[in-house]
Amino acid sequence: MTDDTAQIATPPGAQDAPMLRAIGISKFFPGTIALDDVALTLHRGEVHALLGENGAGKSTLIKCLTGAYKRDAGVIELEGVAITPTSTAESQHLGIGTVYQEVNLLPNLTVAENLYLGRQPMRGGLVSRRRMVAEARAVLADYGLDVDPGEPLTRYSVAVQQVVAIARAVEMSGKVLILDEPTASLDRDEVQLLFSVIRKLKARGLAIVFVTHFLDQVFEISDRATVLRNGRVVGTRLLNTVSQHDIVTLMLGRQLEAKVHDRQGGTAGEMLLEVADLGKRGMLEPFSLALHKGEVIGLAGLLGSGRTEMANLLFGAVPADGGTLRMHGKEIRVANPRDAVRHGFALCPEDRKTEGIVGDLSVRDNIVLALQARQGWMRPIPRAKVNEIAEHYVRTLDIRLASLDMPIRLLSGGNQQKALLARWLATSPDFLILDEPTRGIDVGAHAEIIALIETLRERGMSLLVASSEMEELVAYSTRVIVLRDRRQVAELTGAQITADNIVHAIADDPARGAA
Amino acid sequence: MMAGAVQGLLKRIMPQLVILAAALLLNFIVFPDFFHVDFRNGRLFGNIIDVLNRGAPTALLCIGMTLVIATRGIDLSVGAVMAIAGATAASLVVDGHGWFTALIGALATGAICGFWNGILVAVLRIQPIVATLVLMVAGRGVAQLITEGTILTFLNPGLIRLGAGTILGIPTAIVIWICLGAFVAFAVRRTALGMLIESIGINEASSRLAGINSRVLLVCVYLVSGLCAALAGVIVAADIKGADANNAGLWLELDAILAVVIGGNSLLGGRFSIVASLIGALIIQSVNSVILLSGMPPEFNLVIKAILILGILVIQSPKVSYIWYMLRASGPQPQPDRKTPRPHRATEEKTQ
Repeated sequence: MTDDTAQIATPPGAQDAPMLRAIGISKFFPGTIALDDVALTLHRGEVHALLGENGAGKSTLIKCLTGAYKRDAGVIELEGVAITPTSTAESQHLGIGTVYQEVNLLPNLTVAENLYLGRQPMRGGLVSRRRMVAEARAVLADYGLDVDPGEPLTRYSVAVQQVVAIARAVEMSGKVLILDEPTASLDRDEVQLLFSVIRKLKARGLAIVFVTHFLDQVFEISDRATVLRNGRVVGTRLLNTVSQHDIVTLMLGRQLEAKVHDRQGGTAGEMLLEVADLGKRGMLEPFSLALHKGEVIGLAGLLGSGRTEMANLLFGAVPADGGTLRMHGKEIRVANPRDAVRHGFALCPEDRKTEGIVGDLSVRDNIVLALQARQGWMRPIPRAKVNEIAEHYVRTLDIRLASLDMPIRLLSGGNQQKALLARWLATSPDFLILDEPTRGIDVGAHAEIIALIETLRERGMSLLVASSEMEELVAYSTRVIVLRDRRQVAELTGAQITADNIVHAIADDPARGAA
Repeated sequence: MMAGAVQGLLKRIMPQLVILAAALLLNFIVFPDFFHVDFRNGRLFGNIIDVLNRGAPTALLCIGMTLVIATRGIDLSVGAVMAIAGATAASLVVDGHGWFTALIGALATGAICGFWNGILVAVLRIQPIVATLVLMVAGRGVAQLITEGTILTFLNPGLIRLGAGTILGIPTAIVIWICLGAFVAFAVRRTALGMLIESIGINEASSRLAGINSRVLLVCVYLVSGLCAALAGVIVAADIKGADANNAGLWLELDAILAVVIGGNSLLGGRFSIVASLIGALIIQSVNSVILLSGMPPEFNLVIKAILILGILVIQSPKVSYIWYMLRASGPQPQPDRKTPRPHRATEEKTQ
């Protein structure tokens, strides 16, 4: 251990007493220690990043601070006064507001109603709508939002909803604001909108906790960072004194090795799958594709450019209007996922929670699910074989769990993703489609999944990987297909595959490119 | 491996067994001869036998209902399907067909009803509660059309034996529900059906993407539910030697749902246990029996039943379970102590 945990950096200008001080926080769950003697200090006007791999204890710490969990040991002081909130409502009342990644507002109510729910301005025992809307407009203007508070919340983008959630939390609480992965589903401009709001709140003297997986954003907006690993604080750093590399090393406890990509063996393999004119009206213009064994095709494009749609069409998750698929030279029909699985296709969908895991089923059952579905219900996989398969993948993919019997929803995001990969690898597919395989997972699992893609390619599997991370695509793709506005606009091969070229292909107008 | 499965099952149904034991004990307290069983005229007699026998319709219904609920559905039509199946069987024997033809006819009707529900739910994607409500309402009308508005009585000894006969001295109805329950419970666990059904109930989108044919499975569970209801309908009709389109199986769908819930199965779908549901059905029948045996005026029956059921549900509620769990887990925190020695042992083993 090179880092010394005693080094508690103090932000410049933090001469006054801290806003919140948590000392010796511990939380036990059956079989695990989720938090072990964790300390956290937040100053006024500070943005404090809380970092760590999935399962490091970030969420548990937040839940202990907000009273969603009862801590087993430790003291929390808010402005010098010890507090023990027993519910999130109580902590809100005390001054600690929280905004989660999935906006927890009521989408079919109006913006104003969401902002004031539970404390609506009253007149004569009735809610005064007019006053509520007027006040909401004034409050939201402070946050740089020019929206109509009388409109339903769903009319606005996730970013706007996120800011409304923040406004609600700040107006109700106003001392500490906890942002749990607020930027996970935002695009670049939306992140900037959010950051401008955070800067304003910082100037107002709030103490802000920022939880995220995006290190760039951490360095852009935060003053200090506390890094958790395995339920312990491994260090708190002033961010203008350290590099990203230092932080990653702290998080992982090891150095990330830079992967050098060799682009040999690309299209050398035999032809696996030929796709001709596959498309669906209003979803994706017909595209053609030839995929060889041992090839990784990267799918690049902005959100909504058609990446997920292409993956779903290929897998039969959405039936196509027309087009043909030939596998090993023979025409095949993929009308639904069952057909796809039978032909050796596999798909890890983008939305892990709603389309990937079967939450209440055990990790073991989740891993064998696709294999069992393909075998049919008449031929159950023997218990011993099931255990063998599950244990094999838990070992080779380093899935961290307390027991194979635990429901998969209790695993952290990265481990869920690995279990889903295991589900498909167990069917030994010829063609593996990964839709955003590294979204919302921690740095460690991220690197492992990228390494796994390499390994699978070397073994001769063909992959199609959709991702919004350019560096990632460059690292593993042998070819990159760029989509824009629901159609293919470019294909990059060999030395053309660089982050710059991909960005250009995404951004450039095709007419100008041709000229 | 077998022993492990039995142990797992016992752990799963322990709360239901405890409640059943309590309900039976209550019977014993109000009526000390409750457990007394006689063998007369080649048939077992006794109050405990009555509980098993009278509980047959609910028990049969809850077999299918458990599967339907595991897929996150519900089947409100089972009571009406009982009436249709009973009417079909009765009209067939009245027309001079044999009891076996009548039984097959009734089962076929049940299968058609279940298939209908399954199509509405799985293909047309109508919410189960609405889809099965259609047949719940229309079904009694269909049954009345079959019986032509009368209570259709019959004297076919073969058919009557299904409800009132015995096999090796045990009333036929008991044999039927125990055998069917054991068969279905065994079948879903020894094939992959159980897991696939649970998977659909928990997350249908994920299951579909994993290659599970959710549509066919959904149709199948409603079909099984229809078959179970038909069998229950035949037994009830045989028992009273007639088909009563208005009252056969009336409100029994609610008892079946209740049995599934008492069995600890979530109405939100997912993990299920048919054995636990069957014990749930026995618990309901034991409660009925207490009320009868205690000799209380009949107008108290429904209220007392409601109170007892409420008590059972409170005992099983998450809040009470949590308190129970905390009481048992109280004392010094054992986790940190248990956790630390482990790595040491692992390294020791390696060095040896």
